Amino acid sequence: MLNYLVRRIALAVVVLFGLLVATFFIIHLVPGDPVRAVLQGPAPPAVVAQVRHELGLDEPILTQFGHYISNTFQGHFGTSFALGASVASIIGQRLGPSAALIGYAMLIAVLIGVPLAIWAALRPHGWVDTAIRVATTVSFAMPAFWLGLMLALIFGLDLGWFPVAGYSGGVGGILRTLTLPALALGLALSAVVVRTLRSSLLEVLQSEYIEAARSRGLRDLRVVSKHALRNSVMNTLTILTVNVGFLIGGTVVIEQVFQIPGLGTLLVSSVVKRDYQMIQALALLAGTAVVLASLAADIAQAFLDPRVRLAGR
Amino acid sequence: MSTIDVLAEPSGPTPAVEVRRRGRIVRDLPLEAKIGAAMLVVLFLAGLLAPLIAPYGQNQLDLANIFSGPSGSHLFGTDGTGRDVFSRTLYALRLDLAIVLAVTYPPLMVGVLVGAVAGYFGGIVDAVLARIVDTMIAFPFMILVIAVIAIVGPGVKGVLIGVPIVAWALYARLARSEMLVLREQQFMLATTALGYSKRRAILRHALPNLLRSSLIYSTLDMVVNLLLLASLAYLGLGAQPPNAELGSIISDGQSTLLSAWWVATLPGLVVVLFGIGAGLLGDGLSDGQLRGRLQ
Repeated sequence: MLNYLVRRIALAVVVLFGLLVATFFIIHLVPGDPVRAVLQGPAPPAVVAQVRHELGLDEPILTQFGHYISNTFQGHFGTSFALGASVASIIGQRLGPSAALIGYAMLIAVLIGVPLAIWAALRPHGWVDTAIRVATTVSFAMPAFWLGLMLALIFGLDLGWFPVAGYSGGVGGILRTLTLPALALGLALSAVVVRTLRSSLLEVLQSEYIEAARSRGLRDLRVVSKHALRNSVMNTLTILTVNVGFLIGGTVVIEQVFQIPGLGTLLVSSVVKRDYQMIQALALLAGTAVVLASLAADIAQAFLDPRVRLAGR
Repeated sequence: MSTIDVLAEPSGPTPAVEVRRRGRIVRDLPLEAKIGAAMLVVLFLAGLLAPLIAPYGQNQLDLANIFSGPSGSHLFGTDGTGRDVFSRTLYALRLDLAIVLAVTYPPLMVGVLVGAVAGYFGGIVDAVLARIVDTMIAFPFMILVIAVIAIVGPGVKGVLIGVPIVAWALYARLARSEMLVLREQQFMLATTALGYSKRRAILRHALPNLLRSSLIYSTLDMVVNLLLLASLAYLGLGAQPPNAELGSIISDGQSTLLSAWWVATLPGLVVVLFGIGAGLLGDGLSDGQLRGRLQ
């Protein structure tokens, strides 16, 4: 168990280091000069040299990489030259709406996906299963932003139930402003949950202890809810964490559709303004979130699954 | 011997027999795979023939007919400058499908080869490769492509560079795990016993088997890539005017969603149709493969 944990954490550290290298070189592969981008126009050579020095861009590349790593560990991500404030503080202000949107979308994916997966697994290849399969194919095929627009058109503009733009905090505010965006994002994920959970349920339902439960005369739904589902909780958790990257990518587009002041809209405006410092920090943050989520899921699985927990005893 | 092995052994049955078997495999495809394949063929043809079948030019203005709804002369209606949305959709589909093919299949070939070599030889090469693949897959795909676009500037180029950087990794993982099973099978062991070179064993005997699942997976990958393209174009980071992508047409229609719903809605439906077609084909093919294995 300890052995497994140490190996798993070491692997995460390796991947995180890879992310640091990748995000560092993103800035240095820029064909344009970051200094020109800061100055936003022609400037005398002396000024260019001074700004270059302030940004530390005149030092050897390995020294710069060393600075980047030590700054990152101290939480210094530099100053956004487009917004004129510290990158860390801007990200801090924008984190809330994005985190709420991702959490809400996951909740919706589970609330829709898990019951449908059970329903489909009870009678594989029956008409319910087929209908659910068609529905997941359709919902997976829809671009999230297009679905968002359609939801905004129907439930926002036409029926007037929800606002079509903006964000407000608090539970009430989130329910009002984030329900449509979270639905747009969560429906595609629910298709993934249904597909994966259904096939893992089917596998479990063919195992011997399920046969035993059935031969004791337990009803299908009870067999599934009491015995099979417990085995599938971890699967669902894994599906959700594997798709954190997908959700982060999705928020970028969905936030744009509903004009939510989160990290996604920040990323898009930073790309337009070529605010490299900000892009670098956001890319690092997104990658780190994915790595930590999958690490957390694996550790949770290690504690919950006796086959992993007791291995090596 | 299962169907897969028969297909993999070029030195096995005579060519005539093989052709007949392949023909039967196509006929035996489940109905959903046939429907899916038909949908994809129609959409690819529509894109390919866009300049011939589009009733209007992609940027042909008609200021007398702005925001006219779907009708016989304008199937998808017109936009704020009187451009025919159906013609624009056809041209956008042409561009998007060409990009989708370009960012799906070359990485597939690279990934399968890398995965096959890693799985065949194992050892340190395999271990290093597995870590690189892990890092690649850990990175949120969309963010990486957007970061590349930030570097090279908005446009198709960012997608053409950004997607293949990551896309090969999934195929490498898939091919590697299959190779681990494959290399222990009779016909692969036979290549060693017969003294075939490793190159011949991998390229001529293992690869056809590995390609099979990768090609099935690629139907899903095409959908993912098309959705990514549409999203980037929607954000204004894709092809720049005068060229249109499906996502940029939808984005144009967003501000007039209530008064002219068709501009944003109908091009989106085309994306959905492609996704459904590819989904049906992929599902049907993987079911067919499973049945083939069980026989």
